[in-house]
Amino acid sequence: MIKELRAKLDSGETSSQKLVEEYFDNIKKLDKDLNAFISADKEKALERAGVADKTIKKGEADMLTGIPFATKDNYCVKHYKTTAGSKILEDYKPPYSATAIKKLEECPLLGKTNCDEFAMGASGENSAYGPTKNPHGHDHVAGGSSSGSAAAVAAGMAPFALGTDTGGSVRLPASFCGIVGLRPTYGRISRYGIIAMASSLDVVGTLTQTVEDAAIVLDNLAGQDSLDSTTPPIKKDDYLKEIEKDIKGMKIGVPIEYINAEGIDEKVKKEINEAIAKFKDMGAEVEEMSLPHTEYAVATYYIIVSSEVSSNLARYDGVKYGLRIPGETLEQMYTDTRTIGFGWEVERRILMGTFSLSAGYQDKYYQKAQKVRTLIKQDFDKAFKKYDILLTPTSPTPAFKLGEKTKDPLSMYLMDVFTAPSSLAGVPALSVPAGSVDGLPIGLQLIGPQFGERRILRAGHKLLP
Amino acid sequence: MKISPEEVKKIGKLAKITLSEDEVKKMSKDLTAVLDYVEKLDEVKTDKVEPTSQVTGLLNIRRKDKVDYDFEQSDMLDSAPEAEGNLIKVKKIFDD
Repeated sequence: MIKELRAKLDSGETSSQKLVEEYFDNIKKLDKDLNAFISADKEKALERAGVADKTIKKGEADMLTGIPFATKDNYCVKHYKTTAGSKILEDYKPPYSATAIKKLEECPLLGKTNCDEFAMGASGENSAYGPTKNPHGHDHVAGGSSSGSAAAVAAGMAPFALGTDTGGSVRLPASFCGIVGLRPTYGRISRYGIIAMASSLDVVGTLTQTVEDAAIVLDNLAGQDSLDSTTPPIKKDDYLKEIEKDIKGMKIGVPIEYINAEGIDEKVKKEINEAIAKFKDMGAEVEEMSLPHTEYAVATYYIIVSSEVSSNLARYDGVKYGLRIPGETLEQMYTDTRTIGFGWEVERRILMGTFSLSAGYQDKYYQKAQKVRTLIKQDFDKAFKKYDILLTPTSPTPAFKLGEKTKDPLSMYLMDVFTAPSSLAGVPALSVPAGSVDGLPIGLQLIGPQFGERRILRAGHKLLP
Repeated sequence: MKISPEEVKKIGKLAKITLSEDEVKKMSKDLTAVLDYVEKLDEVKTDKVEPTSQVTGLLNIRRKDKVDYDFEQSDMLDSAPEAEGNLIKVKKIFDD
């Protein structure tokens, strides 16, 4: 998709400004139903597109110059409303832009997309700005937390979009909306300027129509950043070249804990088997294997996430930016601002985290989870000594109905059952579309070793027709 | 393990979040359900396992001792809920 737009821009068949107009036509037509955008500023987009068009005319365009995009609303964009899906940041306009946004300076920003409040959720329903609907069925969720980014790309309201993935927040909505979602290795892309949720797990991810597009955007964003000390000095690969190589002899493991998981849809199993057959046809070696600590991943994940959330979100106190509810005393201001500004899921995780870090419980919960995390990571370290990549479903089922899981927090948390383990291990994972159940898409997940994006991109590129 | 409504109020105080009586009950139920679920970690033997707090393997990242950002002071003050001159204004911290 991006390469085709590139060719049209370079040949003069279209211009960046024309593209912006076309995407805004789609947004106008579709978004009152889908609610994928929290804000969209056409003037700003056209202004940037105008600059890009001049660069293109001069023959100085790079691969992404002039290609419009959308970004999840937890990316800081200078002087652009940035809410993170929360009332507490309703009027916040950051004084700076995230590194990832700066790297896409030549791309017109169409708008900021809807998401679960502070990226906490698996359905998009925790947004303070209403849920995003699934473009494939409006009474179904788009998946979360990068719900708006996934729906925008799937519905043709943006050619690509940025999201964030902590426990599955790019892969799950990608799978529910039938598009490609990449969670790169932890540390591969700078997170500077992205509103933090759980810092040992948060990564920048991409939502695209094709694997090739994921490779293009990753190539643009990957690399060390002096402003994010979790980005190591590891060279990026030539992802576009890598995806063209064949997968003959590639060793692919299929973890039994995933395919035999409780509650997995039969159609999802069928798609896995078809993918296995396809990979074998292409000369890959596929076999079943085990990641023995898989069943502990969601419990581990929620303790660690809640603990980090309770610490990270302490900054929302009404003092320096965001909402302030003035009170009689400073203490009252803190409490009222937080109580009124945060939604239920955010409060639940803050309280859970405050509890699991409190005296007397820290060893039992937080420390314990950190130790089990080590075992989960070791499962993957061991697996990648033998296998090049792993193949799993992205989610046990396709998108569920709006409201279906909001009453039971645990059933919502369990949506991350196939995506949380690789998040804890810090390895890259890619969700690619694979068939559908009753018109609702399902996704397959390819997991690679740390900084092995080239392998999952290559296998994903080969898997898609 | 059960998190009682009293416990919820206590944690709420620490986290500076106030819940209504109904919300306290609901939160107590929600948190108890989640804790019941995470108890399953007790099945895992971890006596000799080191905890993982980050996965990069990076240690002690330093930078040069120079200013490396481009904020405008006026932007920072504009995003503050209340400012006076070049200062962000809050209620007094100490009692008289």
